[in-house]
Amino acid sequence: MSEVKKIATRESYGNALAELGKKHENLVVLDADLAGATKTGVFKKAFPERHIDCGIAECNMMGIAAGLSTTGKVPFASTFAMFASGRAFEQVRNSIGYPHMNVKIGATHAGISVGEDGASHQCNEDLALMRTIPGMVVINPSDDVEARAAVEAAYEYEGPVYLRFGRLAVPVINDNPDYKFEIGKGVVLREGTDVTIIATGLCVSGALDAAEKLAAEGVSAKVINIHTIKPLDEELVVESAKATGKVVTVEEHSVIGGLGSAVCDVLCAKAPTPVLKIGIQDVFGESGAAAALIKKYKLDGDGIYEQVKAWL
Amino acid sequence: MTTLELQKMANEVRKGIVTAVHSAKAGHPGGSLSAADVFTYLYFEEMNIDPADPKNPDRDRFVLSKGHTAPGYYSAMAHRGYFPVEDLTTLRKLGSHLQGHPCMQHIVGIDMSSGSLRKANTAAVGMAHSRKIDKKDYRVYTLLGDGEIQEGQVWEAAMFAGHRKLDNLVVIVDNNGLQIDGKIDDVCSPYPIDKKFEAFNFHVINVADGNDMDQLRAAFAEARATKGAPSAIIMKTVKGKNVSFMENQASWHGVAPNDEQYAIAMADLEKVGEALCQK
Repeated sequence: MSEVKKIATRESYGNALAELGKKHENLVVLDADLAGATKTGVFKKAFPERHIDCGIAECNMMGIAAGLSTTGKVPFASTFAMFASGRAFEQVRNSIGYPHMNVKIGATHAGISVGEDGASHQCNEDLALMRTIPGMVVINPSDDVEARAAVEAAYEYEGPVYLRFGRLAVPVINDNPDYKFEIGKGVVLREGTDVTIIATGLCVSGALDAAEKLAAEGVSAKVINIHTIKPLDEELVVESAKATGKVVTVEEHSVIGGLGSAVCDVLCAKAPTPVLKIGIQDVFGESGAAAALIKKYKLDGDGIYEQVKAWL
Repeated sequence: MTTLELQKMANEVRKGIVTAVHSAKAGHPGGSLSAADVFTYLYFEEMNIDPADPKNPDRDRFVLSKGHTAPGYYSAMAHRGYFPVEDLTTLRKLGSHLQGHPCMQHIVGIDMSSGSLRKANTAAVGMAHSRKIDKKDYRVYTLLGDGEIQEGQVWEAAMFAGHRKLDNLVVIVDNNGLQIDGKIDDVCSPYPIDKKFEAFNFHVINVADGNDMDQLRAAFAEARATKGAPSAIIMKTVKGKNVSFMENQASWHGVAPNDEQYAIAMADLEKVGEALCQK
């Protein structure tokens, strides 16, 4: 097997910003003393006058971003998911969401794959928090190709967008000429008839691995990559649920409030279907190597496979 | 405008406040009345604005950080011509564009939605910084309550503004001395306010009577002349100013007058108006 290319989506974020910055003078990037970690350093180097370091003050950064957007700038406010969605929740809701500001929130270091820093920094709640804000677009890209496309789409979109990125290098899975990113549109990666596995973020590659293992045992699994948690591709979710009769959701996020909940919200109203929610099972994370954590919390191919198999 | 004209206008703004809050049967008259003079000064004298061209990119900006005093803000805007004065009686009612706290999507001319204390002040700093990036000339004004500055984010924003030397930014603190639970220095004293802003590298202007138009005029002129640092105007005011039974009463922070109280309040303001006409 050839070596799979791996890139952390936070790297994709920084690279995409540096690229977009060349084309768009009104793009500005904000950081809260984490430019090295959020990978916006490349943008800062290229466009120092359009990079604003707000210091360790995330709440203030969100407000500054809102103010900048009222003057025609398109700010990308960057920090860890824990601080963007958690510490600054009220500022995001009231200063960005309520006035529907054209602000993009680049939230890196999401989920347990933060690794060694441990539970205080492993944000498994951000998708839940962000999707409750009216008008907020919530995107969780699965790899480098998708992450870069998502940043560009977020720039082009008029309104608030929450972009979720990871610290861990993840396999590039969308590197094909047909790949097209559209906000709110799910991507069918594999057709199947027995069960639909709907995955998001770094769990997408694991879901594909799991589908492969299931196929070896005669179980035909459809795999969908949902990069946009909100607005959810309801049509695709409902159609797939009806066709396969069973749905599994997989996310590196709490099973409360994230992709699994979003899918269930749709299905309970439009196509009641049994759903298995794979994710962080209402517990805090812990320190450890990212890959080991993903294995322990059963979000890798083997873990997903085992859980689906036991459930079917 | 002359000082007398501004004083008369401020009195009209106060009548609008009392009328709006009475009609809504809810709202915040105390802090609206303490700031009525500064609202008037900003909208009728200081700021480069045009109600007929409210989205002009070069206009000055105002951000009401203490968003609960929307009645004062709305009344000044209405009298300035952003919308009919009669609309003030729709305050807080279902379907009205006059939301309980300022919403920029409901009223063209509002530069930032607010209501959750201290967050709008931060947005004003963002606006001011944007002007620096673009090398434009507009100025940004934001009004804070003296209780509001107990919020930590106010100082995050101050640190940013001082560090970046945003001399197009004027932070105004309405120091009426009272918050919901009582006197600010009994609840959790933010004093000395001026020293705090100085420590964050602001040019500080203390105004002994923020309900005096001449003192406001001098303060804003000094702020305009200040280069290389943001300005903070700390103005002593009277909460409930010019309504006899509301003056210096924390209990009138967020309560509407009943019909009888409304009549007394309007009579008080009529008297003030008559006295101004004698000048």
